Amino acid sequence: MVQFDHIQKTYQSPNGEICALKDITFSVAEGDFVSIVGPSGCGKSTLLSIAVGLEQPSGGQVYLDGQPASQALSRMGYMPQRDELFPWRSIWANVTLGLEIRGQKDDAHLQRVETLLNRYGLSGFRDKLPGQLSGGMRQRCALIRTLATDPGLLLLDEPFSALDYQTRLHVSDDIHAMIRQEKKTAILVTHDISESVSMSDQVVVLSARPGRVKAVHDLSEFKGLSPMERREHPHFARYFNSIWKELEH
Amino acid sequence: MAPSLSLERAAYLRRLGREKRLILLAQILLLVGFFLLWEVAARLGWIDAFLLSSPSRMAATLARLWRDGSLWLHLGTSCLETAVGFLLGTAAGAVIAVLLWLSPSLYRVVDPYLVVLSALPKTALGPVFIVWIGAGPESIIAMTLAISLIVTILEVHNGFLATDPGKLRLVKTMGATRAQILFKLVLPANFATLINALKVNVGLSWVGVIMGEFLVSRAGLGYLIVYGSQVFQMDLVMASVLLLALVAAVMYQGIRLLERSVQNHMEGLQ
Repeated sequence: MVQFDHIQKTYQSPNGEICALKDITFSVAEGDFVSIVGPSGCGKSTLLSIAVGLEQPSGGQVYLDGQPASQALSRMGYMPQRDELFPWRSIWANVTLGLEIRGQKDDAHLQRVETLLNRYGLSGFRDKLPGQLSGGMRQRCALIRTLATDPGLLLLDEPFSALDYQTRLHVSDDIHAMIRQEKKTAILVTHDISESVSMSDQVVVLSARPGRVKAVHDLSEFKGLSPMERREHPHFARYFNSIWKELEH
Repeated sequence: MAPSLSLERAAYLRRLGREKRLILLAQILLLVGFFLLWEVAARLGWIDAFLLSSPSRMAATLARLWRDGSLWLHLGTSCLETAVGFLLGTAAGAVIAVLLWLSPSLYRVVDPYLVVLSALPKTALGPVFIVWIGAGPESIIAMTLAISLIVTILEVHNGFLATDPGKLRLVKTMGATRAQILFKLVLPANFATLINALKVNVGLSWVGVIMGEFLVSRAGLGYLIVYGSQVFQMDLVMASVLLLALVAAVMYQGIRLLERSVQNHMEGLQ
């Protein structure tokens, strides 16, 4: 269980201060997939940065299973906007980067990575360089790199925004299936409403700066459907429209 | 890749090959023509061969240097000084750039001084080095260092700062220490920058070496040039300049080969 408890964030600069986030409170149940949507500049990426410890909140605290997030950083898995695979490292060396940095390259962890590569059809590419893979495969590698350290919480920072529309639909289907299969709790930040509705169990809508929680939508009626199937569901447009209106006003 | 080439492609490849051969031919003709014209002009008395020398006189000079063994002494001295200069300059520059990257506040403190030092014409320091270090190869190497070091620091440090912020975020969320960020991300990401610094420094080191040898030396190509002009042996001066152009080009080409092999090694970068 993840709790965002009255998160505040103010940025200081010589020209003054900017209030980016104001009193953000919501929680994510174990195994749930939650999307955070908001207009650009609303501080939704800041929220993720705070959760993974890249930034300190001005007030409030993020809790992972009751423990302050700052003491549970090793249980967070961050997936950036682009795949950020290192072009000079083989796929294998890329997906084990997190283990290498944390000094966890033991048999159990490496075996796990091996299994993940096999399960998601990448074992034949372990000695290839990232430049030799398609965008979708690279994104799967990026997720495996995140899963390698067996995190309790996945934080996805607009991970599909760099892909073209066609690839994006396929990759979000793939990634969604992988996260479900690994039974991970995940938080996805996006500005794409249809992406948020098609992927998550809950959508948290943030207002324009300073970001506040404007609404929370429960999408449990879609449970068990893939993103593609949800996009064709008769209720999809209803959720889309109400979130769209909330973002407008 | 295709088993049989289309007619259009075959024609295109033929044209490409022909153009390449024509360019090479023109380049060779230009060189041969230049030396031929020079020789003929000298023999027919159009130019004063005593002042401007001639290819045959330069060849005779080189042959004489070869026979008395001093060719290798002068060539070797200059090449060694240059190699020591550019390797030392690149290595020291990279190490200092790493220190400045590790401490951004140190960089902010020394930044204006680096700018001043990089603007200063380093040849002005030649006499200073001779007084401080002595009239020997050490002063010449100090000269090459003075010329290449500051440029290298600025260039490499800039490369470090330009490291992809997305990748930096990623390794930070993995809990990487500053040293891990340096060795696993910043240094490998800047391999091309380092090779490029090496390339620039070859040229700069030759400037430093020749400059240094003009001021103080008992051997080297710069020494031959100065000595030749003082005793008014223009054949020696011109032959040394020619030799200098050759070895500098060979060294530069060597670094380019190194660069190419590194690039091949890192194929698939984009």
